[in-house]
Amino acid sequence: MNLTLKVWRQKDAKDPGRFETYPAANILPDMSFLEMLDVVNERLIEEGREPIACDSDCREGICGTCSLVIDGRPHGGHHGTTVCQLHMRHFQDGQTITIEPWRARAFPILRDLVCDRTALDRIIQAGGFVSVNTGGAPDGNALPVSKTDADLSMDAAACIGCGACVAACKNASAMLFVSAKVSHLGLLPQGQPERERRVLNMVKTMDEAGFGNCTVLGSCEAVCPKEVSLSFIARMNRDYGWAILRGNPRRQTGAGGAG
Amino acid sequence: MKLESRIPSGPLAQKWDRHRFESKLVNPANKRKFDVIVVGSGLAGASAAASLGELGYQVKCFCFQDSPRRAHSIAAQGGINAAKNYQNDGDSVQRLFYDTIKGGDFRAREANVYRLAQVSANIIDQCVAQGVPFAREYGGLLANRSFGGTQVSRTFYARGQTGQQLLLGAYQALARQIAAGSVKMYPRTEMLELVVVEGQAKGIVTRNLVTGEILSHAADAVVLATGGYGNVFFLSTNAKGCNVTALWRAYRRGAAFANPCYTQIHPTCIPVSGDHQSKLTLMSESLRNDGRVWVPKKKGDTRAPRDIPEEERDYYLERKYPSYGNLAPRDISSRAAKEACDAGRGVGSSGLGVYLDFADSIQRLGEDKIRERYGNLFDMYEKITGENAYRTPMRIYPAVHYAMGGLWVDYNLMSNLPGLFVLGEANFSDHGANRLGASALMQGLADGYFVLPYTIGHYFASTRQLKPATSHPEFKKAEEEARSRLARLLSGKGKRTVLSLHRELGKLLWEKCGMARSEAGLKEALRIIPGLREEFWQNHLVPGNNESFNQALEYAGRVADFMEFAELLCADALHRNESCGGHFRVEYQTEDGEARRDDENFSYVAAWEYQGEGRAPLLHKEPLTFEELKLATRSYK
Ligand SMILES: Cc1cc2nc3c(=O)[nH]c(=O)nc-3n(C[C@H](O)[C@H](O)[C@H](O)COP(=O)(O)OP(=O)(O)OC[C@H]3O[C@@H](n4cnc5c(N)ncnc54)[C@H](O)[C@@H]3O)c2cc1C
Ligand code: SF4
Ligand code: FES
Repeated sequence: MNLTLKVWRQKDAKDPGRFETYPAANILPDMSFLEMLDVVNERLIEEGREPIACDSDCREGICGTCSLVIDGRPHGGHHGTTVCQLHMRHFQDGQTITIEPWRARAFPILRDLVCDRTALDRIIQAGGFVSVNTGGAPDGNALPVSKTDADLSMDAAACIGCGACVAACKNASAMLFVSAKVSHLGLLPQGQPERERRVLNMVKTMDEAGFGNCTVLGSCEAVCPKEVSLSFIARMNRDYGWAILRGNPRRQTGAGGAG
Repeated sequence: MKLESRIPSGPLAQKWDRHRFESKLVNPANKRKFDVIVVGSGLAGASAAASLGELGYQVKCFCFQDSPRRAHSIAAQGGINAAKNYQNDGDSVQRLFYDTIKGGDFRAREANVYRLAQVSANIIDQCVAQGVPFAREYGGLLANRSFGGTQVSRTFYARGQTGQQLLLGAYQALARQIAAGSVKMYPRTEMLELVVVEGQAKGIVTRNLVTGEILSHAADAVVLATGGYGNVFFLSTNAKGCNVTALWRAYRRGAAFANPCYTQIHPTCIPVSGDHQSKLTLMSESLRNDGRVWVPKKKGDTRAPRDIPEEERDYYLERKYPSYGNLAPRDISSRAAKEACDAGRGVGSSGLGVYLDFADSIQRLGEDKIRERYGNLFDMYEKITGENAYRTPMRIYPAVHYAMGGLWVDYNLMSNLPGLFVLGEANFSDHGANRLGASALMQGLADGYFVLPYTIGHYFASTRQLKPATSHPEFKKAEEEARSRLARLLSGKGKRTVLSLHRELGKLLWEKCGMARSEAGLKEALRIIPGLREEFWQNHLVPGNNESFNQALEYAGRVADFMEFAELLCADALHRNESCGGHFRVEYQTEDGEARRDDENFSYVAAWEYQGEGRAPLLHKEPLTFEELKLATRSYK
């Protein structure tokens, strides 16, 4: 196949950036999208030009590194597929393909198609964990977990932290990502002791990082390569509401006489 | 160089307890006076950094990805072993120990492996407490599955994403320490040099991959948890960024490299589809629980698999290894697949493939059950090949997967350089010449959660610590070396891309140092590699500059190290005149084509010491003694 690529090029965070056009010749249908870009980059290097910067690592759809918007759709818009797993058999000979990075205020662009997603790490640091130190954990079977809860928790835990949900959202909201972690832990008995402060702290950090508000448009769910469900957002909103109603748990314990 | 394994005395089952008791401790209030560098945020690195942070040490953690959560461990699919005996099927610490030693073809240290089996149970408890959503039975208890090379069901799993869930557990523990200020995280940062001051590892030199800034970091100990070097073969199941750089730089500073020739070739990967291929995709070994491996009995049979009647199929693993069948260990299954394809009975357009067939299981258990167990793997297979494996058998072929070799470490996981600790896939320690499935995750987490936190304290408490600042001449020297190397890489304005050179190196190694190795082939590889390296330095092409985000430069540095490391890999394979585990030398096989070990002459760890540019490395031998188990020929028949 022969294709034409319109690719976003941007030297660094300060550069305004622009689209450039490149031919992608002799592409095979069995190539993955990133292998197609490898071919284009090889040619650019041979011509003494700078290759297109683009992130990937596992190329198996699990690390969450790859992050391209193809023809306006994060990950290319194929159901449950990251861009590293997208194959060229889904494109047509002669097609023009537009390739852009994630675009969101909280994800500054570092170069070309590569952006900075450390804001997602900061949200996890704010509370996306269970506070247990190494050692002293009880036997793994000491606390039975219903299979239904464990399975649902796993559905949420499957999030790869790619940020496509943010890129797809008109408001650049990270609600699907945050709700996935809140639900993963909130559905398990291990996550209960910190359930309220977790959701409060994570949402606060999300807001501070410059992500937008959720207006439940659902475009996040549509592009999520791990099919994380919108219902987790509803679940998180319930948790959040409940936590607000109960007030700041830290202040409660600080008051020292509540119970 | 002196290799002291520091294996504690006493009965095997008491060594670790006794060692922990005899180890010196660092007073809680003093811990914050010790700085530790952890390079790597995979299972080994993240678990170590988090645990050390919890204890009160001052930790700096580095990874080259944009987030620690993306380390290669995330891709592990099948599961993690632990001797819990929850299934009441006869498992025990002793049996996991025995299986691992035997699976490794008697080329690992008994004491290390025993400890691994002992702490395996704690790992599961720890991960459950962190909220890892392991698979469960309806009664709410943890579920298990079987993996190759064992006859008990001891593998814990989270769908086909076990590595992801375990890593997220460790990453979240790490995130908690980052928030608490005990760990400082440096993502998109690559270690380029190890700094050794008066014989002790005292720091590293890094490059910020966004800005190109070269920086020195000083510490009281350096922990390398930088993963395996499978990508020296170019095509492997490893993530694209996996590399040997950190280990190679440490080797060049005096750390011994052990058993580099022990590389694992995994039997169940999606076959290569063409020259454009950038990596290979694993189909988890757990599939062999329910899939049957076969090829047509007839050579060159091009009929569709469903049109080949039962009696014309050769279920060769079940035929050759009746007691383990489709769950024979990896090295044996890989070689059997190669044999079938070499005999012209391979399937698919290249003839380099065998079938993994689920028809029987689907009939027995129903498609839904199979989907529940392996759905994501079947989906992945379909995305890559465009074929539906519920309807037609998968095609699989062996691919490079794991490095059993790595930097030499003693029982404390410390290399021969005091203060340099090596964890996870990066060390050589526990898997001998072949790793069993679901044991790498176990080892990485054992090292990071349960071994290093004890042994590093003993090192601090028992050794007088130098505290050199980054202004020390050794730091300046290492920085200078890193800079001049980068400049040399950037001066390459030849004709060949780094990718094409890497591909050429990988093809050579796959042919000469892959599933079957011969003296002649290895000697030829050793003749060709220096020329290829010369070609690399004379004719490579690297665009851009150092002071910007430059992926081509990063990649060139990694390939340059592979070009050197490849020679050591082949030299080790050539020197080991026996077949064991993943190292199969065609000269040393039994009449029916099984590996022939030579315990009399090769029951040792080969640890290589760097002797300088252009000089042959020096071989040191750490003899392996078996007190508990008797050396026996491995049989899975
Ligand atoms: C596809 C696949 C499936 C697998 N499935 C299983 C399984 O089911 N069960 C099992 O037990 N094992 C499995 N394995 C093996 C297992 O995943 C690995 O051996 C293990 O995860 C390695 O962990 P690690 O922490 O040692 O290294 P890694 O996870 O590879 O982490 C290495 C870290 O080092 C960093 N790093 C490397 N070099 C540098 C440098 N120069 N500077 C800075 N940072 C650096 C990286 O950024 C990364 O953070 C699988 C492997 C593959 C490839
Ligand atoms: S919720 Fe989905 S789209 Fe968002 S980060 Fe997680 S995996 Fe990516
Ligand atoms: S590169 Fe890992 S998910 Fe795409």
